[in-house]
Order: sequence, then structure tokens, then C-alpha cells
Amino acid sequence: MDKESVAQEDAELKALSQALHQLYDPVLDEPVPARIITQARARRPLWRMAAIAAGWITLGLGTGMVAGWQLHAWRASAPLQAEMPGFVKRAAVAHAVYSPEVRHPVEVAADQEQHLVTWLSKRLGVKVHAPKLGDAGLSLVGGRLLPGESGPVAQFMYQSQNGRRLTLYVRAESSKHRETAFRYARDNSVGVFYWVDRDCSYALASADLGKEEMLRIATLVYKQLEQ
Amino acid sequence: MNDADSIVELIPRLRRYARALAGDRIAADDLVQDTLERAWSKLHLYRRGTDLRAWLFTVMHNVYVNQVRALRPVAQLDEDLPELAQPAREVDSLVLRDLDAAIRSLPPDQREVLLLVALEEMSYDEAASTLGVPIGTVMSRLSRAREKLRAMLSGLPPGGGKQLKVVK
Repeated sequence: MDKESVAQEDAELKALSQALHQLYDPVLDEPVPARIITQARARRPLWRMAAIAAGWITLGLGTGMVAGWQLHAWRASAPLQAEMPGFVKRAAVAHAVYSPEVRHPVEVAADQEQHLVTWLSKRLGVKVHAPKLGDAGLSLVGGRLLPGESGPVAQFMYQSQNGRRLTLYVRAESSKHRETAFRYARDNSVGVFYWVDRDCSYALASADLGKEEMLRIATLVYKQLEQ
Repeated sequence: MNDADSIVELIPRLRRYARALAGDRIAADDLVQDTLERAWSKLHLYRRGTDLRAWLFTVMHNVYVNQVRALRPVAQLDEDLPELAQPAREVDSLVLRDLDAAIRSLPPDQREVLLLVALEEMSYDEAASTLGVPIGTVMSRLSRAREKLRAMLSGLPPGGGKQLKVVK
């Protein structure tokens, strides 16, 4: 390349650089969202403390990923509320609608679990499971198929001995490998932990259980689904 | 200054790059958040005394590549969100807005190189090590990106920029 065209290239790159700065530099002056500051300050001791607070240090803090999750769950949910995805909202509403049902809480009851799981897997197009939550004192009531934004979703319902209920809302994702951290949101009285893992999005919802107990259950669910 | 302070200080830079890379505000901030989470879990891999910013950009690159590979279901998750106001965004002419759109339409690998060099002002060497590719790859991606930008931006109707000027 001759000298002149090199100079021209340089000038052009410089102009491009200036335009890019003009476009994106305003971001530098925006206030940084709280969730990002919290994440940036997430030193290990902090999540260890969070783990103790959440009461499940005994589960073992194997990987950094699990640790990161805890932190997500532990920190205040306020900044996330404004960003509640539509699917989480739907999970909360589905919980609010079906969990008070006495006679028809589910479409297919737990005594036909195999049929339920096979049916829902077929409709969602991915293999879904009903996690065993006996360790958390919850037994499967059953499940149902629901309409999501763009297709079928599944809802599993669980219940404790004293009648407290929890639902797991599962939506198939068209693409794989995407994982997100554990996030928590509240919709009126319903608390929701949600995450994306491989081929599904999950939202665990309950109006009856506390956040810490739900975190413990969410961890249980995640571990079982990983296997 | 401890690690957390050093990282916090770099957040605006990470957010700017993420915004240019990922487009909308929420996707960009999710990218920053996921990057920071990954950075803490991988901090033992960071070599003290080396450029922390470059290391964080590498982490972000890896997170981003994984997300792109997954075809961004996040965008889908967020579809019900109300439009956020975009303050402080001084896109004051159609030309700049076109540039934004043009950048967005570049293939991700070319977009990354272009942004690292032209926005983050990294040398080819730094960009190559941030992305984990040979320097020749950086140069060829950059030149392809610029070629595409040139073609896209020159395809505008003549005088269109002035006509459609956005009022500040």
C-alpha cells in the first residue's frame, strides 16, 4: 500500500473512532445499576457469608458457579424487579391461579407421574423431569400443560405436609448452552427464583415459602436437573 | 487498591463496550453482570501486574461468544419489557444512528475487533490477545468490518442524513 492510501486509511479509522466515541461514550456517564456494583464487589468471603445466611453451607460450595448463584439469590432483589422477564411474570400468575385450587390443582396427578412426564416432554419437545423434593419436605401433586408466550409450557406442583405449595414452571428454549445466574423476583405475594439452563428456562414460584427456603429448593432442583 | 475497587473502577468501560457489542441496555448490563460473575470465579487465572482491563475484556469476550452461540434467548426473555428511556444518548444525526445499526449488523467476531480497536483503542496486539486469535486474524477481521461499514454507510440516499436530522 502506498503512503497516501495508508494515510487515508488512518484518517478514516480515526473518524470512525471519533464517531464510535460519540455514540457510546455517554454510557460512561450513566449511573451504574446496583446489581452490577454488587456483582463487582462479590468477593468470596461475601458469598461465604451469604451461604451461611441462606443456611445451606452444608450442601457444599463446590463450584464457583453455585457460589455465584447464591450471591444472586442473597442480594436484594429490588434492582431486578423492574426487569422481570415476561416468562417469570407468567410463572407467578400461573402459580397464583392454580396453587389455591382444592379440587383441580393439576391436570395429571402424581400417581400418574410417568405419564405426566412423558406427555409434557412430548409437548414441550425437550425431556422434562419432575424433580424429587422429598428432602425439602415437598411431594409432587402433579402437573399441567399451559400456554406460554410462544408455545406450551409445563407446570409441576408440589406440596408440603401442611399444605404449602410450590410450582416449577418450565419452558423449552430453542437454543442450547445458554446459562444464566439464579435470579429472584417478586410479583405481588409470589416469590420466584428463575434461571436458564441448557435447553430450558425454569421458574420456581411460591406464595407460601420464604426466600431462603426457596433458594434451598431451587438448588435441589438445579442439582437434579443437572444429572 | 484491592481487586474489587479495581474492578468497580472499570465498570463504565465494560458497560460501554457491552452496550456497543450487545445493543440494548438490558442485554448489555446482563453481559456485564455475567462477566463480573465469571471474573470472580476465575480470578485465580488473572496474573497480577498484567492489564486487568484487558483480562476483563477477555472474560467478557468468552461470555459473549457463549451467548451468541446460544442465539441470545435473553432477548426473547425480555420481550415483554417496557421500552426503557435511553437518556444521555446523544445520537444527534441520522448518520450516527446508521452507524449504530451498521455496527449491529456486523458479524459478532468482526464487531468485536472493530470495537476493541476503534472504540477501546487497543493495539492489534492487545486486541489479538484479548480475543485469543492471531494478530493476522485481527487485521483481516478489522478490514472486513471496515469494508462492510463503508458499503453500508455509503448506501444511504444522498442528502438523507440532513433531511432526517433528529432534533436534539
